[in-house]
Amino acid sequence: MILPDAELLLQIVDLHARVDDQPILKGVNLEIRAGEIHAVMGRNGSGKSTLSKVLAGHPSYRVTGGSVLFRGEDLLALPPEQRARIGVFLGFQYPVEIPGVSNLEFLRVATNARRLERGEEELDTFSFEDLVHERLQVVQMDPAFLARSVNEGFSGGEKKRNEILQMALLEPLLAILDETDSGLDIDALRIVAGGVNHLATAANATLLITHYQRLLDVITPDFVHVMAAGRILRTGGKELALELEQRGYDWVDQELADQELANQGAPALGVV
Amino acid sequence: MTAPPNALSEAPGGSAASLGDLVSQPYRYGFVTDIETEKIAKGLDEDVVRLISAKKKEPAFLLDFRLRAFRHWQKLEEPDWATLKYPKIDYQNIIYYAAPKQQQDKKASLDEVDPKLLETFEKLGIPLSEQKRLSNVAVDAVFDSVSIATTYKEKLAEDGVIFCSFTEAVEEHPELIERYLGTVVPSNDNYFAALNSAVFSDGSFVLIPKGVACPMDLSTYFRINSGDTGQFERTLIVAEEGASVSYLEGCTAPMFDTNQLHAAVVELVALDDASIKYSTVQNWYAGDENGKGGIYNFVTKRGQCRGERSHISWTQVETGSAITWKYPSCVLQGADSVGEFYSVALTNHRQQADTGSKMIHVGPRTRSTIVSKGISAGHSSNSYRGLVQMGPKAVGARNFSQCDSMLIGDQAAANTYPYIRSQQPDAAIEHEASTCRISEDQLFYLQSRGIGFEEAVSMMVSGFCRDVFNQLPMEFAAEADKLLALKLEGSVG
Repeated sequence: MILPDAELLLQIVDLHARVDDQPILKGVNLEIRAGEIHAVMGRNGSGKSTLSKVLAGHPSYRVTGGSVLFRGEDLLALPPEQRARIGVFLGFQYPVEIPGVSNLEFLRVATNARRLERGEEELDTFSFEDLVHERLQVVQMDPAFLARSVNEGFSGGEKKRNEILQMALLEPLLAILDETDSGLDIDALRIVAGGVNHLATAANATLLITHYQRLLDVITPDFVHVMAAGRILRTGGKELALELEQRGYDWVDQELADQELANQGAPALGVV
Repeated sequence: MTAPPNALSEAPGGSAASLGDLVSQPYRYGFVTDIETEKIAKGLDEDVVRLISAKKKEPAFLLDFRLRAFRHWQKLEEPDWATLKYPKIDYQNIIYYAAPKQQQDKKASLDEVDPKLLETFEKLGIPLSEQKRLSNVAVDAVFDSVSIATTYKEKLAEDGVIFCSFTEAVEEHPELIERYLGTVVPSNDNYFAALNSAVFSDGSFVLIPKGVACPMDLSTYFRINSGDTGQFERTLIVAEEGASVSYLEGCTAPMFDTNQLHAAVVELVALDDASIKYSTVQNWYAGDENGKGGIYNFVTKRGQCRGERSHISWTQVETGSAITWKYPSCVLQGADSVGEFYSVALTNHRQQADTGSKMIHVGPRTRSTIVSKGISAGHSSNSYRGLVQMGPKAVGARNFSQCDSMLIGDQAAANTYPYIRSQQPDAAIEHEASTCRISEDQLFYLQSRGIGFEEAVSMMVSGFCRDVFNQLPMEFAAEADKLLALKLEGSVG
């Protein structure tokens, strides 16, 4: 929901980033306020996933320019764990398996790290069990998954549910969901999206990264951004996603080509 | 199966570097106790063997045992088959007997023990005095070559349990020593066992009489204090028919930039329906990050399931020593006897470990389990070496072995050398092995949920070791978990 006077949670200004000396982000600008749901769309290689990894602090991605403020604080100066503790959450496209580490224990340690940061008391094993069983409802997850190792042997859909369960426990202010819809059948998609909708409030914001309209059929965005060649090329309302669905991404190439020409100082085609 | 050194990618964020820093952490037991010590001259010959025996006023059979061992040792070559590299040990440059002055004669009662010694053990977390001693564990404290105190001796005696230093056992129960000494690890068993048999100075003796479940855990704590002395202790545990005991062993040493030799022998005997659980947390000084100093740990540990349905279980957490050469084994002689080996070996910097187990199935329907977890960091090398042998009479015997290696960083090595010999077609042997490394993506995943870098590594390492930690007695399991976390603690870059 778009609210007047809502708190500015995230402010990205002219962000540049590289992986292995390959520039991927080339000047991203984005502002997200509390209560809003944003969707970033674009083709493979457009930089959408990189944007999510950079915001979460993945060590393989190097920021080479620009700034990111989270509630006025320099997010890029913080280690990944601190970003999580102050309320930035990344839902992974491919959650890794961590053999030997109990899912329940992992969820408890993570939840407590966030609680401590918020000045709340740590939960002991018993109170945490109560909380986690309540939050399991959000994603209709079988409690048996708590007793297993983190993501080990989970199906694609179970892994994604486990991601949303973590989100439900950590109660982030900004949830970045990277291709959460990939690999989900229609029922799983409904459950996961239902969870996301359930968790969205006027105090937090969601940034969806996706290829497809089908996720946006179940989670309605306030803003849609189209990303290409490491920048946000165009921003609109939910109708922009529908337009993409109908027209495909070809027009994006055309627009990019036009901009390139313009940048080189030559008049763009069709401009007198 | 040999796992090549595996790389953690050298990420721009410097994760590999910080992983390296993480496993480097100062040794907390490296202090030296300033105490007057009586030492004999360096070097080893027959006179030294006789001198040690004379100092202990030993009966003739024991001097004979030592001399036979020494003469055999002189004919042996130091073994070189292990995946270990170290300069040749100069056996003439070692002191073979060192004892705190006050302890020279008969062992004093606790009130008479030098306060400096009590203080040392208290600093190590092993308070010995009446008021402070651990409530549920009886402790034998060994300092350099001698035992300085044993707690709860009298209380255990009420149940007929004998728990005392080896020296006392020789004085008070020579017939038991004569009956059992060298029957599991003969004095000519191997180079280091022969050396130990010739010069061993003290250690612990345990006898649990028929039908008695030992009312508390027993423990020996070994402390090396002198920089030029070797420690050669001997432990002998006998569980008679239907008896059971849980025994714990701990060890630390000061930081010297020279190497000290530790060559121990442990013998376990389990008669019909007896059960012995032997747990070790080994934290000898490991040397510095360049491999200077540290203990050379050459240990022979073997248990004999002599009786039917007897049970011997080894659990070890090996985190220290510059060199570890150690293969706690079980000879499964009695029908339906059970042997177990659970091991976590962590090596870092230039540490080298060649460790594993031998399960020798002699009797019918004997069963054994081996679970080994090796963690190698820094430039260390960590090898599992194990033998499973099925003798001709081991009808229906079964073994299961699982050997997992975890690599941290791109300079460490992990090897697995399983040896299998079977002379019995109706015996089943299973072996599983795996190698993994802590990946940057796993660490990032945990971090991105608010879990700090160090805690993330420690969570993954203890997750990896869980199967083994579950086997440790409760108070030890917590200690082992802490110890690994400690070893993995450090500055996060």
